[in-house]
Amino acid sequence: MAGNPALVDGGGPTTFPRLLLQHAAVRGDRPAMREKDLGIWQSHSWAKVRDEVAALAGGLAAMGFKRGDNLAIIGENRPRLYWALTAAQALGGVPVPMYQDAVAQEMVFAFQNADIAFAIVEDQEQVDKMLEIQLQCPALKHIVFDDSRGMRRYHQPGILSFEKLQELGREFNKNNPGFFEAEIEKGKPSDMAALFFTSGTTGLPKGVVLTHQAMIATGRTYSDFEGMGADEELLAYLPMAWIGQNLFSYTQSMVAGFCVSCPESAETVMTDMREIGPTYYFAPPRVLEGLLTTVMIRMEDAGWLKRRAFHYFMALARRVGAKMLDGREPVGLFDRLQYALGDLLIFGPLRNSLGMSRVKVAYTAGEAIGPDLFVFYSSIGINLNQLYGQTETTVYVCVQPNGVVKPDTVGPPLPGVEIKLKDDGEILVKTPGLFEGYYRNEEATRESKDADGWFHTGDAGFFDAEGHLKIIDRAKDVGRLTDGTMFAPKYLENKLKFFPHIKEAVAFGDGREHATAMINIDVDAVGDWAERHNLGYSGYTDLAGKREVYELIRDCIARVNLDLAQDPKLANSQIHRFVILHKELDADDGELTRTRKVRRRIIADKYAAIIEALYGAGKSVQMEAQVKFEDGRSGTIRADLAIAEAPVHAPAEAARMIRKAA
Amino acid sequence: MSDARAIGEVILAVESISLAFGGVQALSNISFDVREHEIRAIIGPNGAGKSSMLNVINGVYHPQQGTIHFKGEKRHRMEPHKVASQGVARTFQNIALFKGMSVLDNLMTGRNLMMKTGILSQALYWGATQREELKHRERVEEIIDFLEIQSIRKTPVGRLPYGLQKRVELGRALAAEPTLLLLDEPMAGMNVEEKQDMCRFVLDVNEEFGTTIVLIEHDMGVVMDISDRVVVLDYGKKIGDGVPDEVRSNQAVIDAYLGVQH
Repeated sequence: MAGNPALVDGGGPTTFPRLLLQHAAVRGDRPAMREKDLGIWQSHSWAKVRDEVAALAGGLAAMGFKRGDNLAIIGENRPRLYWALTAAQALGGVPVPMYQDAVAQEMVFAFQNADIAFAIVEDQEQVDKMLEIQLQCPALKHIVFDDSRGMRRYHQPGILSFEKLQELGREFNKNNPGFFEAEIEKGKPSDMAALFFTSGTTGLPKGVVLTHQAMIATGRTYSDFEGMGADEELLAYLPMAWIGQNLFSYTQSMVAGFCVSCPESAETVMTDMREIGPTYYFAPPRVLEGLLTTVMIRMEDAGWLKRRAFHYFMALARRVGAKMLDGREPVGLFDRLQYALGDLLIFGPLRNSLGMSRVKVAYTAGEAIGPDLFVFYSSIGINLNQLYGQTETTVYVCVQPNGVVKPDTVGPPLPGVEIKLKDDGEILVKTPGLFEGYYRNEEATRESKDADGWFHTGDAGFFDAEGHLKIIDRAKDVGRLTDGTMFAPKYLENKLKFFPHIKEAVAFGDGREHATAMINIDVDAVGDWAERHNLGYSGYTDLAGKREVYELIRDCIARVNLDLAQDPKLANSQIHRFVILHKELDADDGELTRTRKVRRRIIADKYAAIIEALYGAGKSVQMEAQVKFEDGRSGTIRADLAIAEAPVHAPAEAARMIRKAA
Repeated sequence: MSDARAIGEVILAVESISLAFGGVQALSNISFDVREHEIRAIIGPNGAGKSSMLNVINGVYHPQQGTIHFKGEKRHRMEPHKVASQGVARTFQNIALFKGMSVLDNLMTGRNLMMKTGILSQALYWGATQREELKHRERVEEIIDFLEIQSIRKTPVGRLPYGLQKRVELGRALAAEPTLLLLDEPMAGMNVEEKQDMCRFVLDVNEEFGTTIVLIEHDMGVVMDISDRVVVLDYGKKIGDGVPDEVRSNQAVIDAYLGVQH
């Protein structure tokens, strides 16, 4: 791996703190991180980052943080929180990044499980959470906050500011010269580098243990694969607790030495993207969906000429865009000319307004992506590649290589990764980036990692003719209808979710005679549609119950059914009846994970009455639901939900309809 | 960390104020004081004279009788811009922002009184003007950061939802670095979440900048939660004055709010 000039060492096993020291020595004056302060981007050089980390590590050591201790890190993407990762690792401790939007009680388990005594958090909001759980987590003794706003009246023992901690650290380092370097020297590549708690779609969270060598090896394989250098730009805008974000903006940056920028706030990401112009971009499907919905809404509101031009060139792009990007199939001269014109008028400006003008490769992962969404980005010239992996495998298992992108697969396994399929289709993985085990949970470790070192992913899939892996669903979610045909709920849901009007969908059908669906409308898109159709509404619940909205959704489902009817294997999973839910599925209510994955079992339990009604004959169902507000209070929403039928097609009829439309 | 919120001396004293518009007596013989760093609420039913009181304090209305002492200085027939230059800023019940201008520009107008360079050098944007503008912009950016409105920095105010416009208006008042901030129904027309946000900001302003705040508010819950002392007006007369608990148990106040059988 010495071929990559970005690497600061020979590529042998190492640790993150050592990488930091090397970068500080090799490219000390180059920017390592950037953040916006008072509206102006400010850079932190590698040398500065080293000094900041040293001061922080000194401070932690002065407070009694020892080798093997765990450090909770909670907040938005801030450079200081990234420094906290390295500082903990430098002392031989383990950083535990957690989701900043989790409510306090959701954090209790991780604190208890890992006996966390130190927490470095972003602001007052997080400090309040720490104080709330302190009784349940008596080990938690030291709370360090980054933003001092509103913290004036917190005089509890153990709370101190980031500045104060660094001040203590500089003092400590002065009295103990060489301490920082000596501690880093003691660290071994096989040491635990980080602990990620996976929310899991079922049960208690599990702490995934990843070592320095696993993370760094994966990062290197990947930089080599893509040829990432020290000049890349990246915007870190996803939760730090998500392995994908961590890998991309921490591991990858440490390995390749490029600069990572932190957005000003969660709401400014679009603007920050345009200003930074990242060369690599990582987005879970829901973010890509959100962007697409925004684009579509804005286009609907644009003038007649713009709208016509947009739709004309988008149709062209869908036809030839992906082919041109891949360069595998020939494209006619006239189409090429037209595409060039489209690039000038539509695609270029669109890429620019999405902040993706400089993007070499955009990745998506986290959840299977609808083929249509995929085609959209590829066709406007954004090189969108899917990758596949889990926290347990340090993400990278499969990546679509440039030029060989197929919308419905996740690509072939990366170099060094082995994949085996079980009889029921479950995917088993072996990789240098494999986790050590679940933290203090032998039983769970044994269940998912067998004696031969294969990790059982729980996903079902198969290889296509070209050796690309195709994921259908979670293995345990794939069910059968009563007539024995396969039923993959996620496949239906993804198809539904491509419509901008549908935000979330949950399909049912396992052990039933046909499929049904529960729909969450996208309140922005449908609200905009309602406005343009002079339809008044007071809020989500009201809008969701409108007859006209039901008609709108019925059309979407009809189109999905038509699509399904063409595939004999899937024709039976057409959606017969549906309901539009009166409230949005929410992670606070336990219906989604923090990464917004549907928690099927919990939903099935909670909305049992609705599901029964979907399979009954009635036209409506009465529903009462508990909701949790952001401030932790809870209330009840009561509603009468309409249940509607959707048109289904026999396969032959569907083929006829398609021909007629063509 | 110094505690900026130690309540200090009287900063504003209102004595025997009476104000009439023709035959209508808007305020009669009102006296109260405001101490440094405190949050002082003025409450009362509709038409009680709350906004009139605020208008008297910042010099829009000139009372027929009574005196106002601000920072120990007696004021007589004061004009609003003079009051503003003494360190009083306010927000309005009906938002009064420049709708076509961006949030940033609206906040910059709040710095207007502090801009010292002449119109010519401002037009040329050179030398001292440039330095001055940078200084003001820095302060405005601090306020943007404080109020968490980075994402709408360049959005025209007219395109913003009501709750955010209210926040921008607070921002403009803060841009003037006031010692006394007058808020006229800062939470009117907001939903619960927006109200909570606004409460947080009002408390934070008070705590971080040590700004003394006089606010008018209808929402009793809000008032009782965040204010140090409360004045109650009804039909232009003062019927109660004290800490929230005192006011809450004051019979005259209860009667004014709930109605009383005659």
